[in-house]
Amino acid sequence: MDPLIQVQNLSISFATPQGRVDAVKDVSFTLQRGEALGIVGESGSGKSVVCRALLQLLAPNASVTSGQILYDGKDVLRMSAAELNAYRGEKAAMIFQNPSTHLDPIMRVGDQVAEGLMIHRHLSKTEAADQAVALLDDMMIVDAPRRAKAYAHELSGGMRQRVMIAAALACAPGLLIADEPTTALDVTVQAQILGLIRKIRSERDLTVVLVSHDLGVIGQVCDRIIVMKDGQIVETGTTAEILSAPKDAYTRDLIRAQPSLLPDRSEPDCSGPTLITIENLSVHFTAPRSLSDIVRRKPAHLVRAVDDVSLSLKRGGSLGVVGESGSGKSTLARAVVGLLAPTSGTVEIVGQTRDRSRLVQMAFQDPYLSLNPAYTVAQTLSEPFKAHHLCAPSELPARLKALMQQVELPEDLLTRKSGQLSGGQRQRVGIARALAMRPEILIADEVTSALDVSIQAQILDLFRRLQRDLELTLILISHDLAVVRYLCEDVAVMRHGRLVEYGKTAQVLRNPQADYTRTLLQAVPKLTTIQDA
Amino acid sequence: MTAASWLRHQAPASLQIGLTVTLLWLLAAAFAPLLAPFDPIKTDAVNALLPPGGGHLLGTDSVGRDVLSRILFGARMDLLMAVAGVLGPFVLGTAIGLLAGYSGGWLDAVLMRILEVTISFPYFVLVIAIVSIMGPGLTSYIVSLTIVNWVTYARLVRAETLVLTQADFILAARVLGYGRGRIMARHIFPNAIVPSAVFLMTDAVLTIVLGSSLGFLGLGVQPPTPEWGVMIAEGRTYLGSAWWISLCPGVALCSLAFGLSLVADGVAQVLDPES
Repeated sequence: MDPLIQVQNLSISFATPQGRVDAVKDVSFTLQRGEALGIVGESGSGKSVVCRALLQLLAPNASVTSGQILYDGKDVLRMSAAELNAYRGEKAAMIFQNPSTHLDPIMRVGDQVAEGLMIHRHLSKTEAADQAVALLDDMMIVDAPRRAKAYAHELSGGMRQRVMIAAALACAPGLLIADEPTTALDVTVQAQILGLIRKIRSERDLTVVLVSHDLGVIGQVCDRIIVMKDGQIVETGTTAEILSAPKDAYTRDLIRAQPSLLPDRSEPDCSGPTLITIENLSVHFTAPRSLSDIVRRKPAHLVRAVDDVSLSLKRGGSLGVVGESGSGKSTLARAVVGLLAPTSGTVEIVGQTRDRSRLVQMAFQDPYLSLNPAYTVAQTLSEPFKAHHLCAPSELPARLKALMQQVELPEDLLTRKSGQLSGGQRQRVGIARALAMRPEILIADEVTSALDVSIQAQILDLFRRLQRDLELTLILISHDLAVVRYLCEDVAVMRHGRLVEYGKTAQVLRNPQADYTRTLLQAVPKLTTIQDA
Repeated sequence: MTAASWLRHQAPASLQIGLTVTLLWLLAAAFAPLLAPFDPIKTDAVNALLPPGGGHLLGTDSVGRDVLSRILFGARMDLLMAVAGVLGPFVLGTAIGLLAGYSGGWLDAVLMRILEVTISFPYFVLVIAIVSIMGPGLTSYIVSLTIVNWVTYARLVRAETLVLTQADFILAARVLGYGRGRIMARHIFPNAIVPSAVFLMTDAVLTIVLGSSLGFLGLGVQPPTPEWGVMIAEGRTYLGSAWWISLCPGVALCSLAFGLSLVADGVAQVLDPES
């Protein structure tokens, strides 16, 4: 039988103000009917461009310089507008990374699923609505008739992704393209969505293209994997071949950098005196009331972001705080650093006199938001010294040099603005800025979750080295158990603002006591092929 | 790299053209006594209403004053009004916007209510009322515009500040123990200022037009001081027979407005922190 998709010598370039950028270079692959193909690569590898090209959804500044994409023998890139409208939705459909921005915020989700049926299948409004509910039900959405009437913001992230899959599958396309479908989701939700994709694939005899930076995710769904780097295919093979016997050096690096393959923490346990004591800490927020609520004397809605948490940490120790979104882990970090005042309870730090900023510093999650965009690296790093008069102006250049060395950045980056740096470089600048204060405690809030896996591994190593060299006490906030396992002696698992489990990392991960910790551990995608599973 | 070579080679074209036009007018204003062929104030009834050409390049007005000379001297007054008219509102509005946006709470509420009360008055009526009370002149012009026009800048800056206050790099600044003043001045201000810096240029144009309107109403610059708005107003009765009296200062006003708008575009491109 003919393959469903044939991509032949595809090259795509983008016209940018800085000149032409070749995003995809001479890419060829075929996709058999019913097959699940994974495309893996880091940012800038061209994997998303390829999958957008499969639907001819390229940006206006993109041009296909060579090649063709044949769907059932017909070239997608040379279809007329009318042919494309028939092709998209009926033959091939796509789901995206961020279901909160890819759903219409002012349209009921049921109507969004029904819309395709009305356009392509010419169903009446009621027929389409009924089918939409049935589809949502197929996506294992509980109480589908009621959920169909909800708006996107009323649903959780996982639920939104199910809605998007339902909308994509409404007209029973033969091909489903999923671009990082679980990257914005918590691990437990990710496991559910991947399970759902596996289920609908076998039920509907669907051909699937799954694009992800995460080999663990791809390994759970796909039969075959394409590894991309800098717009080119570096290796292709079955999932088992790629994961167990990678041939290309880059593939091997990619596998080695997988967080789930990181070794356990090897340092001996720390034996210093207690540095931080957190006792019965609670941080509650009240949602602002509208005027009508005040008139009706409706009580303000109370959010217990952190609820009665007690922890302690030794000098030179390392604590990982793990939880999914909404668990209160970031709120806890902000309370420790002094950004938020506790509602009740205390955070005591030995040696704190007046200014907590000298003792506790923080590195932030998003390297694109955590640096002042108007500043050069040198200006960003000079600010702590100037604001706190930490050194004489004449010493400043030497101090900046030392900081850059500490975070392993070349000195010539000092004159760049943050917009001219890569994600990993920005993250290092953020860490250097925190180190300028010579803190005893460094809080890292999801510092690696926005980075590619290979960069993530480098940043984690940096933290390890800094902790050892500078005798830092580390608090690592993360959704990723593997990262915590690699860096932290103690772990605190949080859920809905409460401490679910707290103890030595090795013990907690090997022998979890709480049900939730077990669920969390099971949900982490591992580098096993579906044959093994 | 020097500023001059940057301007010549790398600055956006709109900034290059805009600055050239604006600079020409600045030079014209500065060297008006040297450039003007006639006294801009002295009347000459014999040579009234002469068409352009001959000894008077842009003709003469109803009392025989040289239009070109009056335009050159008028540039002084109009540029002064443009600068003086936007500076007060810009400084006051930016300060209030930063303070309201970053502080939040009751201070924000109070400042925003004051702002809304100010906005709820018709703009021109309020300016005219203040100028009438204080009497015509540059001081009352600046005071009235500052009182009325700060609201636009305050709103622009406050909106930017509200977004920036939640940004991670401002959280980082707070964690690093920077003071409130330092965060507002050094971290929020440079990032919040772009929209109002762009509006500033557009506003300068509007301010010239407003100043000219006041002149038209007899509340602005007093005759015989040359000013473009007054000149346009004076020529309106002769539009059929002596069009040059109104048209020439009108073209001057348009070209300055055009130059400032282009500068605004260019400034927006250059100030964009991402670039």
